[in-house]
Amino acid sequence: MYAPGHSGCPGCGPSTTLIQVTDLLGKDIIVVNATGCMEITSTLYPQSAWRVPYIHSLFENAPAVASGVAAALKAQGNDHTKVVAIGGDGSTYDIGFGSLSGMLERGDDVLYVCYDNELYANTGVQKSSATPYGAATTTTPSGKVHHGKETNRKSIVEIAAAHGIPYAASASISFIADLKMKLNKAAKMHGPRFIAVSAPCCLGAGFDGGITMKVARLQVQSRMWQLYEIEGGRLKINFKPNPPKPVDEYLSLQKRFKHLTTEEIAEIQRRTDANWERLMTLEKAWLEPAATTPKA
Amino acid sequence: MIIPLSKPGTSIHTKTGEWRAMRPVINDPKCIKCGICQNYCPEGIMGTVGKVPDIDFDFCKGCSMCAIECPVKCIDMVKEER
Repeated sequence: MYAPGHSGCPGCGPSTTLIQVTDLLGKDIIVVNATGCMEITSTLYPQSAWRVPYIHSLFENAPAVASGVAAALKAQGNDHTKVVAIGGDGSTYDIGFGSLSGMLERGDDVLYVCYDNELYANTGVQKSSATPYGAATTTTPSGKVHHGKETNRKSIVEIAAAHGIPYAASASISFIADLKMKLNKAAKMHGPRFIAVSAPCCLGAGFDGGITMKVARLQVQSRMWQLYEIEGGRLKINFKPNPPKPVDEYLSLQKRFKHLTTEEIAEIQRRTDANWERLMTLEKAWLEPAATTPKA
Repeated sequence: MIIPLSKPGTSIHTKTGEWRAMRPVINDPKCIKCGICQNYCPEGIMGTVGKVPDIDFDFCKGCSMCAIECPVKCIDMVKEER
């Protein structure tokens, strides 16, 4: 459903994401795309890589447009066509966050897929709020005073789930079976659904396009990206790497982390471990609700 | 009134194969038809899962992802000569 000839970089992770998403969801969908790499590379006027109905409006309003499309389908009595909103991390985490929150709150029947490459690749590698701690971008460069981004990334899946939506999940492009399982699950549901797919950017992160999947896999194996789903308020971790790989193995492949000192890598490891422990606690609390209920 | 519309799938008129510096060559007998390269290919041009990959060289950008991910290493990257 996503034709070749698009102008994505050789080894582009997000392009693979879109191929997988559109192939799995089939012909009976309407795609609403936010501005970003995938909009630019797939729709060089007068050509288009999309073989499904497609609309692009602005950076900030893909969820709002998707809400409108869903409302129009409902008014027509169409209950089979699925509305799929697609945005990068820039439009999802930052610029379109308000309209995304609105869409999730209103309960519109839209499946939102975020391809998360952790930066604004299209405009020249600026920092987004998905950029991890320590990463150098053009707006968080590494120099004598500052060493890359100084804040943590936002946990967008948990934020989406906090709206009380039926399904929110994180997936990775290197774990295709897991991604397909989550897409299948979400496709069968109604109401707002949210899936964030980690899809590394070879250009922005600074590695050879051929190892995109290796980088994505190491990101999950080192627990810097976690595969989990939140269904009806219950969190379930889908993949627990045992033993986990050290974060250094993931960081050392990428130019954006080249400036990090040993202490900073240890700090990233500490934050990663702490975040993982937090998720494990959440999973445990929700899996065994009785055990956590205080006794009267 | 002119509406600026693009026709579906017309990107196939852009032959991105011209970007290629390295060319993947498949060693058929070694292939186990696992479908990993076909699922991972960012162009989606490696044919159907379950068959030996059939690469569309009109579009292959030569990123070498298939060669690196192949579990039996049956894809070699060779220098493209035109």
